[in-house]
Amino acid sequence: MPSTRRVSIQINGEKISAEVEPRLLLVHFIRETAGLTGTHIGCDTSSCGACTVLLDGRPVKSCTLFAVQADGGEISTVEGLNRNGQMHPIQEGFHLEHGLQCGFCTPGMMMSARALLERNPHPDEQEIRWAIAGNLCRCTGYQNIIKAIQYASKKMAEGVSA
Amino acid sequence: MIQQTSPEIGGMGHSVKRKEDRRFLLGKGNYVDDIHLPHMVYGQLVRSPFAHALIKSVNTEAAMRVPGVLAVITGEDLAKAGLAWMPTLFFDKQMVLATGKVLFQSQEVAFVVAETRFAAADAAELVEVDYEELPVLVDPHHALDADAPILRPDREEKSNHIFHWEVGDRAATAKAFEKAPVRTEVTAVFQRCHPAPLETCGCVADFNTATERLTVWLTSQAPHAHRTLFALVGGIPENNIRVISPDIGGGFGNKVPIYPGYVCAVVASLKLGRPVKWVETRSENLQSTGFARDYHMRAEIASESDGTVKALRVQTLADHGAFNAAAQPTKFPAGLFSICTGSYKFPNAFCEVDGVYTNKAPGGIAYRCSFRVTEASYLIERAMDVLAYQLNTDPAELRLKNFIRPDEFPYETPLGWSYDSGNYAAAMNKALEIAGYRELRKEQEEKRRRGELMGIGLSSFTEVVGAGPAHTFDIAGLKMFDSCEIRIHPTGKAIARLGTKSQGQGHETTFPQIIAQELGIPVSDITLEEGDTDTAPYGLGTYASRSTPVAGGATSVASRKIREKARKIAAHLLEVSEEDLEWEPGKFFVKGAPSKAKTIQEIAFAAYTNIPPGMEAGLEAVDYYDPPNLTFPFGTYICVVDIDKGTGEIKVRRFIAVDDCGNIINPMIVEGQIHGGLAEGLGIAFMQLISYDESGNVQGGNFMDYLLPTAVETPYWETDKTCTPSPHHPIGAKGVGESPNVGSPAAFVNAVVDALSHLGVRHIDMPIASWKVWQILKEKGVAA
Ligand code: FES
Ligand code: FES
Repeated sequence: MPSTRRVSIQINGEKISAEVEPRLLLVHFIRETAGLTGTHIGCDTSSCGACTVLLDGRPVKSCTLFAVQADGGEISTVEGLNRNGQMHPIQEGFHLEHGLQCGFCTPGMMMSARALLERNPHPDEQEIRWAIAGNLCRCTGYQNIIKAIQYASKKMAEGVSA
Repeated sequence: MIQQTSPEIGGMGHSVKRKEDRRFLLGKGNYVDDIHLPHMVYGQLVRSPFAHALIKSVNTEAAMRVPGVLAVITGEDLAKAGLAWMPTLFFDKQMVLATGKVLFQSQEVAFVVAETRFAAADAAELVEVDYEELPVLVDPHHALDADAPILRPDREEKSNHIFHWEVGDRAATAKAFEKAPVRTEVTAVFQRCHPAPLETCGCVADFNTATERLTVWLTSQAPHAHRTLFALVGGIPENNIRVISPDIGGGFGNKVPIYPGYVCAVVASLKLGRPVKWVETRSENLQSTGFARDYHMRAEIASESDGTVKALRVQTLADHGAFNAAAQPTKFPAGLFSICTGSYKFPNAFCEVDGVYTNKAPGGIAYRCSFRVTEASYLIERAMDVLAYQLNTDPAELRLKNFIRPDEFPYETPLGWSYDSGNYAAAMNKALEIAGYRELRKEQEEKRRRGELMGIGLSSFTEVVGAGPAHTFDIAGLKMFDSCEIRIHPTGKAIARLGTKSQGQGHETTFPQIIAQELGIPVSDITLEEGDTDTAPYGLGTYASRSTPVAGGATSVASRKIREKARKIAAHLLEVSEEDLEWEPGKFFVKGAPSKAKTIQEIAFAAYTNIPPGMEAGLEAVDYYDPPNLTFPFGTYICVVDIDKGTGEIKVRRFIAVDDCGNIINPMIVEGQIHGGLAEGLGIAFMQLISYDESGNVQGGNFMDYLLPTAVETPYWETDKTCTPSPHHPIGAKGVGESPNVGSPAAFVNAVVDALSHLGVRHIDMPIASWKVWQILKEKGVAA
């Protein structure tokens, strides 16, 4: 039996502690230990980005980290995007601009978008395309995802100036 | 004409925002892998490393010793229960777990069940299988060679030949070729590729030993058909099976067949009396579940010197892999491939297809496609360009000259289709205008003089969707109708259930829009449910763009049945005769006295509280819709590419898509479907390929090797539309999901070939990677 290690990770502000095998992937910790199934798994080669979450503010593919590597860290997932029942501008943008179809890529896509808008609040179309290049979507052809992120960028700027 | 409804009602033509979005945006979607049941255990498949090998022995002892392992099921175990093989959806059978030998790399050999996914994976590594390698057959062109290994000794016919299928008039076509002054031909491979929805396939099978009911949460595009097949194959009474298709993360045809992993999970749950989850990895998905295409095609066109086409002859070799697991209507061994005369008036045509076995994963399924229409459309659109080059004619002009004219519909094709409606020139002219076609050609000429490479590619495709009329269409014997049941509650709100299953198409919004259109009940007041076989009426599911043409018809007709009953109730309430009533979406009013009216909500309330004497209570209806014909959407796509002479790199500068899918339910959703299908077409044209080396090792079996377009390669899509309603569909709609995937590959390839056509290039096989272009440039001595 492989030995276990105790890890303690903040997810969307809530501390989750558990005894885990060292080989447990962060994405499995999020989905199964913490029960937050909004973060998805789309591949086994670190290629699709369906598992994207923010670790200490930076987007990571949670299938490509072990849970133990995130010990003591702070994670944000899709479940933490809306606050007090209010949709985040990114969620609003995806809804209004039809930026999702099957919804499987959407959580990862929105987390990448969030990381982008935090470091670059006014990205142009090319910057958006490159920022989500690690997130595959098989349904939308990306155009409306880009519009959704542009919507959020505008809406967030208004929020700041207001 | 479709009556315009108010935005509050949100009937047809409104870009209603999707009702299903909220749960996905909150991370509360419910996909198969999100399902967690008490006492659930995990399954893991052991797969073959070899493409063709005898199985000498399978030793499960070490695997069974791994703590937490509950069972290791082998092919021999299944054989005892008569379940080692299962029927495919097309007159063949397929091994669930291999017995005797394996026939493709990654074939399913054993199924390990354990308390945790890790224990299952650890134990799977320890299952010892002793193989003896056999000669491998990879190239379909050698499948019928005298010295080719016979892959399927289980069959009566000792040959790798699966079927020969032909349609059209061979002799008349041959004669037309003899007489024609111009003949041209193109040989094109539509490569093996995989739909690769972002969610892989999987299930949770839960046999309840107390109730003796089996519930299977399944990534299924056709839950009812799957329930029936589980009943027929597994011998479980159909009333004791419940298939639930929860949220599905994209399907594109991949989730139509039944896969060995599903069967193993069901068997394991029956054996253990515990819920068993099996979810494949991406690599397993690409290497073993339904591939698409793999059509090796040759098209010849005979024409007059002025370009008027006279005859089309098509010959195709179809590689089906180890088992013919095509998911398609039983009367069509090559699907609807005979749509290959496309948008053009061919007086004569003949088409033949031969299917063969090879040591590859079984298929081929319809990848965002009505059963081989993508292959057909690609072939004819390529062939028309080759003819244009031969005649030194502009490809747009050649097409315009040969289009079926609007007044010629319904149009009977020489290969047996009756096209419902079309206006091909209108769509093409609109696309040419948006593109600025003439200026583009001028620019191309100038660039050529400067030695730069630029190409313009056209595709004016005709689609065939909405399978299909019961007299001709069935899958595994099940007629291809679809269904809708609507119940109006006393407060005027409604629930509708359908036999289809959305995988991202937005059914929870679009079908309520049809009901809103027909009954005037606001879209926001209508709940739509699909995918639970215990509650939804029987239907054949969602694929081949059939939801709107078939289930959309059912939804419309069921609504109209309700409206007829509502009319009777309104007449009773208003104390007038039915004939004195007129309808506008949302209410009946007395002719000439519009203030004397009853809203649909008032009528619904009366259906439960103030029922006319002699009438049954309630307000509901169900319709099983058998479409009178298929529908034939169409469009013109134009692609503009620039090619870098130093690297062979192709840049898609512009892509213009003018689609005609008849009357539109939700323009926003239609546009989204088109964007998505175009991106898939881009991937197919330039990136997506599953190939095999000579030992049968799969290449392209994971997302490192099987390339899909990201936002960076994907261009900005310029979309527009024309509208030619279907004359036979209740709401004049035609279906759209697959059009962009059917029509676009030819546009991309035609553009690249066009950029190189002055060098004598006539065809390049997909996927067109830059290295292929660079090699051509080097051969032609123009690489920079
Ligand atoms: S699951 Fe695909 S990158 Fe993480
Ligand atoms: S919405 Fe389906 S993968 Fe992006």
